Amino acid sequence: MRHHYTGLGRSRLAVATAVAGVLAVSSAAQAQYNDVTINILTRPGPVIAQRMVERGEEFTKMTGAKVKVAEVPFAELFQKLLTDWSTGTNSIDVGVFASGWGVEMVDGGLLENLDPYIAKDTKIHLQDIAPYFREYNQKIAGKTHLITIDGDFQMLYYRKDILEQKGLKAPRNWAEYMNVAKATHGMDMNGDGDADYGSCIFKKRNAQSYFAIMSIAAAFVQTKGTGHGIFFDPETMEPKVNNEAWVEAFKIYKSTGEYGPADELNQDIGDTRALVTGGRCALAIDWGDIGPLSIDKDGAAIKDKMGAVIMPGTSRVLDEASGKLVACNATTCPYAVDGINYAPFAAFGGWSGAINAKSPAKTKQAAYEFLSYMNQAAQSNVDVTMGWTGYNPYRNSQLDNTANWVKAGFSQAFAENYLGAIKDSLNSPNMASDIRIPGAQQYTGVVLDRELARFLADEITAEEAVENIEEGWEEITEDFGRERQATLYKLSLGITN
Amino acid sequence: MTNLGTHQDDNRPGTITPVGVARMAPRRTRISEWFDQRAGTYFIMPAVVMILIFSIFPLVASLIMSVSRIRLRGGGYNVRYVGTQNFEKQFFGSEQFHFLGTFADLSPIAWILILASAAGILWWLFRYVTTRFSVIGFAGRLVTASMVFGLIVLFSATLVSGGRMGTLGVTLFYVFVGCGVQFLIGLALALLCSQQIRGRTFFRIVFFIPLMVTPIGIGYAFRMIADTTKGPFSPFWQWAGLGDFAWAADAWTARIFITVGDSWQWIPFIFVILLAACENIPRDFVEAAEVDGASQRQIFFEITWPQIMPVAASVMLIRMIEAFKIVDLPNIMTSGGPGIATESMSLHSLFAWRSLDLGQSAAISYLLLFVTVVLCVSFFNLVVLQYVRKT
Repeated sequence: MRHHYTGLGRSRLAVATAVAGVLAVSSAAQAQYNDVTINILTRPGPVIAQRMVERGEEFTKMTGAKVKVAEVPFAELFQKLLTDWSTGTNSIDVGVFASGWGVEMVDGGLLENLDPYIAKDTKIHLQDIAPYFREYNQKIAGKTHLITIDGDFQMLYYRKDILEQKGLKAPRNWAEYMNVAKATHGMDMNGDGDADYGSCIFKKRNAQSYFAIMSIAAAFVQTKGTGHGIFFDPETMEPKVNNEAWVEAFKIYKSTGEYGPADELNQDIGDTRALVTGGRCALAIDWGDIGPLSIDKDGAAIKDKMGAVIMPGTSRVLDEASGKLVACNATTCPYAVDGINYAPFAAFGGWSGAINAKSPAKTKQAAYEFLSYMNQAAQSNVDVTMGWTGYNPYRNSQLDNTANWVKAGFSQAFAENYLGAIKDSLNSPNMASDIRIPGAQQYTGVVLDRELARFLADEITAEEAVENIEEGWEEITEDFGRERQATLYKLSLGITN
Repeated sequence: MTNLGTHQDDNRPGTITPVGVARMAPRRTRISEWFDQRAGTYFIMPAVVMILIFSIFPLVASLIMSVSRIRLRGGGYNVRYVGTQNFEKQFFGSEQFHFLGTFADLSPIAWILILASAAGILWWLFRYVTTRFSVIGFAGRLVTASMVFGLIVLFSATLVSGGRMGTLGVTLFYVFVGCGVQFLIGLALALLCSQQIRGRTFFRIVFFIPLMVTPIGIGYAFRMIADTTKGPFSPFWQWAGLGDFAWAADAWTARIFITVGDSWQWIPFIFVILLAACENIPRDFVEAAEVDGASQRQIFFEITWPQIMPVAASVMLIRMIEAFKIVDLPNIMTSGGPGIATESMSLHSLFAWRSLDLGQSAAISYLLLFVTVVLCVSFFNLVVLQYVRKT
């Protein structure tokens, strides 16, 4: 007994010591950043921002650093960050934005090189981050300047139940897409008595429609792997846009509207998502969000009814010499699967955090630790399963293990299907990169977006649109300097010769 | 210094001689008078300086920006002088379709319109030269005539001939159509509420409320109202057979709907000022006219209208200046779409600013300033003042 008591006493002592030790370490850690405030700027919540606020509170408890998340409209985010950092205001320590925008900021010397921080970080497990996000998304000119918190590329979602009902299979190319859209358009898909839509793809101007057109065009333009690129000839920086491939993509995009809502021209991604989660769309193009949204309470109409596949491909691809579309064969489409060339487009690249190079050293360290905390598997593997966060998978452990997804509410079958579609895209050697050079937003968010909107509104033809885009892109390239742009474009594609 | 020393001496008892006082008194009076004469100037100076700093400086800064290419970089920004490139781009370059519009071959109606307006403007200038000529007046009329003729040619080559309007044309649509509608409805409501009708205080308050709502709120509200598939009026649209109609997908319905939203907000402004003007008309005039057997139409045109005309002109001038700057509603309701159909010049400038093309953004702002000043000053001098002089 005595021994027993002694043992109990020892164990109590050990527990007490351990608790005291943990408290001491904890309070030491907490005290570490007591005087630090990390000011973060990103898009309006709850998507992206809200989870940062919540994780920020946890981080404050652990380290003492205060995390303040400010929000500005998406269209003004880049401008606000660039203005704050370049004019020396430096009221923002961390910007959370599209990784592609970072190139211009790194070019201006505004972003901290995060490689030294990562070298000392034992928790981030870099190798668990999928290669595309680790090597392309986080790095600019060979150095890590961004920490991914969201993995972005677009996929095709379809209503399994509706397609089965009609005896149709998930579309593999755009001809099949149009057939399915046509066959399902006008059906009542959610039992409310109203006719629903065969296809839902956002088309609003000054929003995110330009990502959809790039997703469609990618398979027609890029055939030789990720290093091929869809925007420019890397040697001359001549736009690869005034050709039959982009014209075809423009026409497909517009024709999907025939089977969509009447006001699709004024619908942004949020409007389209509401239709999808309301069970009103047979087909939809979206980022990874539809999967987790389907298990939300707002997605009750589509729970266990959705399927996801890689973006539709094509068996006719661009011949760059002639600017015409030619048939896929072993030479023209080396990465084709069953004669179809796929090029899943990393639209936006994903929300990523970057640190202001001019912030105080201690703030930068705390900011890095917070971004790492967001990125680490322990946190992100949970966050990506919740639709409202806006975070999509980017770690291998998120894709290889369905347990977290099933725990979040996915059925085993849908978890496998959803993660399978993501893996098909991420593992594609022909994955298409978003534009990652200075002026990225002007090339796509202004010129491409505007001409696309004019084409959709019947103001101009597809041929005129691509001609105007070519002219606009050349103007921007000249403005930023052709040689410099060519060098950075090559780097963004991973061409280092 | 002498003055100051003397003043210090004044504070020491026994050190001032009567001669000193006698010598100083007239000088102090002179200084006081000098200050008195200029007191107004000195009192107003802080305000003038503040206005100069906050109005003139940005005006000069944006003028510099409009002739520059500005690139933000670490530690500041690079400014490169590009001359009139940003302006040329709007008139002759890659932004011509955006600012001026897409031109079509002139139709016969367009030719007739251009020739008729050219003849009318020349006749108007000729009459001015032959009746009461002054160099400044003629120069002002020449600027007005050039702009009006330019705009008529622009409308003839775009809208009348089957081309498409650019942001300049769309802005003028919002100004002239929007303000016209707002004036007519505002005036009608003011005349109605100035009558001795039951519940007029209630109506006055109700009509005034929209003015207090933020334009962003109005933008979202009207976007929802116009949504035929999901909005609160969806059942009504479905019932009316317009369930599949998308107002935002067509250029003209989108412009009209934005004008409706804009009018909803601004009619109260015109209403409340015209109501005050209507209520200031002496009752004796109206009663005398009624005794003389004048009809309501005669009373309006002969008594009411001349009485409220100066107020109406002022309110329309203020409203037009505001309307030229319209940005919130098209930004929220359509983002300038479909295509560029609802994009105003302010929105055009905002989009350029968002993409960090600060030079182009400033150039568009200056073009807007020029158009606004010329048209508003012309409206006041040539329409309002002429009318006032006649009456």
